Amino acid sequence: MKELLAIIEEQPFFEDMEPAHKRLLAACAAERSYEADTRLMRDHEPAETFWLIRSGQVALESPLREGTVPFQTLGPGEIVGWSWLLPPYRASYDARAVTDIHTLRFDAGVLRDRMEADPAFGYRLMKHFAALIVQRLQAARLQGLDIYQPGGPGHGA
Amino acid sequence: MAPDTVQPPPGSALPEQAMAPQPWRIHSVRRDVASNEVFSWELRPEPGVEPGPLPAPGQFNMLYLFGVGEVPISVSATTAEGGVVHTTRAVGSVTRAMQGLEPGAVVGLRGPFGSQWPLEQAKGRDLVLVAGGIGLAPLRPVIHAALERRSDFGRVVVCYGARSPGDMLFRDELDAWDRRDDLDLRITVDRGTAAWRGDVGVVTQLVERGGFDRRNTLAMTCGPEVMMRFTAATLERRGLKPEDIFVSMERNMRCAVGFCGHCQIGPHFVCRDGPVFPYPVMEPAFRIREL
Repeated sequence: MKELLAIIEEQPFFEDMEPAHKRLLAACAAERSYEADTRLMRDHEPAETFWLIRSGQVALESPLREGTVPFQTLGPGEIVGWSWLLPPYRASYDARAVTDIHTLRFDAGVLRDRMEADPAFGYRLMKHFAALIVQRLQAARLQGLDIYQPGGPGHGA
Repeated sequence: MAPDTVQPPPGSALPEQAMAPQPWRIHSVRRDVASNEVFSWELRPEPGVEPGPLPAPGQFNMLYLFGVGEVPISVSATTAEGGVVHTTRAVGSVTRAMQGLEPGAVVGLRGPFGSQWPLEQAKGRDLVLVAGGIGLAPLRPVIHAALERRSDFGRVVVCYGARSPGDMLFRDELDAWDRRDDLDLRITVDRGTAAWRGDVGVVTQLVERGGFDRRNTLAMTCGPEVMMRFTAATLERRGLKPEDIFVSMERNMRCAVGFCGHCQIGPHFVCRDGPVFPYPVMEPAFRIREL
């Protein structure tokens, strides 16, 4: 538990959370390693977990008829998974380990119960994840604009 | 308050014959992108031409395709033989006509013009370069200079975003930079392929990963304006002061010396006061639609 807390304390994502809240997070966390090509999440499956990557790379992928298409990769210090926060608590994409990865794996089902029981904790964690979701949304918008195409949007006249 | 320009232009001497193109010959042509829409020329002066000063990182030349027209093109490298390398994307009538030229052809060149990247200001600090698409070309001389004077800087981080793996410029050079342990090269593509094993996503996510001293870093960014705007916002969120962020602007130009006003953004002439600007100078313009 102490070791997990130490890991959480050094992560920028949890930087400004109160010590008591970090302890709650540590109580729901475990260290886990996965081999390359392990699928952490599958589109539409129940989302009861999220991960903080400590080393290695994870690809977020959209499953299409032709196969999966990566739309974002994540690395150390980044969070995989936020579908556990809101109903219907189902993943909306695949997440696959591109390399061997080492993570902190969080039991999101238990965390959700703690967030309900402790609104201050729930609000704080929700704010952190809202910022993460906004950041990913902005990135997805920028990606969708295809700004590097010849004469694409945002180039000088 | 941040200065209005990187290099105060008033009073700075114009290159000799600033309005008269001099003949330069295409020594070599390199095509990086599979579609051939991006090409690099090494130009060398014709005999009898007295070349002006070597362009500083960030500056540009006006290239004149006789009978077709003239365009501003940033300098992507200089060579030991006195050559100047220009990397161009074929998007308009002049650049499309340029695309077909081969070594031996002669074009007109005048310059160098404009402000330069503030490398001296970065001395003793971490240096973060963020390039998007063909925006890597104007930042390439900064990378060359930083590697030549490596001990002058702290960490050097280069973040490069391309449309796809096939759209990446200067592949052999990227590979060489990637092998160095004194340069942190991060590459991402908007659209991966089955063979691509690197990062996928926008270039700002590479900046989010940090790895530089937020209190002692100077950042330079070049690419589509929307990308530079998001990059600057990300750098600010990572703790950089706005005045430590520099952007390179692109506009249609005619005279290149601040007379005609074709390239004006508000009170600023991109040709004369830019193309490199401190971010606080351009930030209000980024917020004005259709400017």
